[in-house]
Amino acid sequence: MTIPAPAISAAETNERQRVARLLAHATKQELQDAWDALAEKPVVKPVRGPETGLVMVRGRIGGGGAPFNLGEATVTRATVLLGSGTAGHAHALGTDKSKVRLAAVFDALWQDEPSRAFVENEILMPVEIRVAADDRRQAEETAATRVDFFTMVRGDD
Amino acid sequence: MYVAVKGGEAAIDNAHRLLADRRRGDRSLPSVTIDQIVEQLALAVDRVMAEASLYDRALAALAVRQSRGDLIEAIFLLRAYRTTLPRFGSTVPVDTGKMNIERRISATYKDLPGGQVLGPTFDYTHRLLDPSLLTDEVVEEASRKEPLAGETTRVSDILATEGLIEADGVLPDDHLAGDLTREPLEFPMTRDLRLQALARGDEGFLLALGYSTQRGYGRNHPFVGEIRIGQVEVEMDVPELGFSVSLGRIQVTECQMVNQFKGSSKAPPQFTRGYGLVFGQSERKAMSMSLVDRALRAEELGEDIKAPAQDEEFVISHSDNVQATGFVEHLKLPHYVDFQAELGLVRKMRADIEGAQDNENASVQDAAE
Repeated sequence: MTIPAPAISAAETNERQRVARLLAHATKQELQDAWDALAEKPVVKPVRGPETGLVMVRGRIGGGGAPFNLGEATVTRATVLLGSGTAGHAHALGTDKSKVRLAAVFDALWQDEPSRAFVENEILMPVEIRVAADDRRQAEETAATRVDFFTMVRGDD
Repeated sequence: MYVAVKGGEAAIDNAHRLLADRRRGDRSLPSVTIDQIVEQLALAVDRVMAEASLYDRALAALAVRQSRGDLIEAIFLLRAYRTTLPRFGSTVPVDTGKMNIERRISATYKDLPGGQVLGPTFDYTHRLLDPSLLTDEVVEEASRKEPLAGETTRVSDILATEGLIEADGVLPDDHLAGDLTREPLEFPMTRDLRLQALARGDEGFLLALGYSTQRGYGRNHPFVGEIRIGQVEVEMDVPELGFSVSLGRIQVTECQMVNQFKGSSKAPPQFTRGYGLVFGQSERKAMSMSLVDRALRAEELGEDIKAPAQDEEFVISHSDNVQATGFVEHLKLPHYVDFQAELGLVRKMRADIEGAQDNENASVQDAAE
């Protein structure tokens, strides 16, 4: 069963993409903690999945040329419908179905105005901070291995 | 050809039970966990993902454990698993220019924008066995420094500004990327299909072929323009949403090999390129892939095809280690009827020759008398 794509503005698309990205980067534990902290649990009806399949990862020849198929990755997706009538979608690499189901619930809760602040504060912000901290640590560790190679100058004669 | 045989069920069951026992090994030792394999045998896991052509660290680690560390067996297991899953779609091509860099080096420029970072490399180690790893000594945290700001431009883009290097490989606008998991192999093939085959090709096979090009069998004067390892974001278009969403990140290794080229009837003197892109941290494989990719472009660039590494059908037909192991290993299955037939044939040929010799000896004797 597919739900037709609603027509939405570019700004709204950017927002949905930001939410989807952070929910995909969230760990199972982060999603579970937020769910546990949710005062009023919504009624959740499964529409599709959660189900695991494959996505063909594509690269580009030379880095920026024509696309080619690099290989597949496991991906899990879920679509849920809340009691409010809002549909939530989630996709994430890997095979963790309960994680992706929770992500779909939070995608729907974010779209519902009354619960948006909760999703922003309890999930999206902590995940964004954690991912930024992980990236920062990794960038700093990598930067410590920066080298300067010197070519030895031979004499003029 | 081998024919069906019956029997041996009890022996087979017991052999598998023995396999499980030997896999577990000495019960007084703790068993190795999937997380431990992912964290501490990370490069074995990466090789399995790359050659199984399936990115999933936990499943690759499970395959390594199940195969007792036989990586080709693990690759086979993961390949078999992928056939059980439906495909949801294709990603937007990953942008390696926006990689979160973990390692980036160049052999062509010493001072390149974005700098050179060694990352967690075996290079410059002394290859001496480290007795501290015999025990569980505490390992110190990695050092840290302030990173440089800004994106790290690909070296090929820097070279491109002078016009002395060919552009990234392009194919006609209406060309759809071929997929060898969906269509049978046909030769000659386009470069996109070749790269898919090489990306899942056996590291040892590609290493040997890449090495052969350096030793003069299809020589192509390579320099490592750039190797980069790091995380890239993976995005997929979702029709029901009407936009693409991030699925998370994967780690890849990219190699840009730059090759001096003296020109031919088809192309002017310039630097040409070979490209390697591999799942996980797999530098040797990415380098080998880029050497072989360049060698296989001989036809396109108007070079003479004289060496094995330039022979597309030879390279691509033999690069897949699951196919190769299947055909080599089938030789151990019962070939009793075949062999009996050949045995009869050899006996007959031997009897014919011996009969002819007896006749000859007899006629020589007749003549002498």
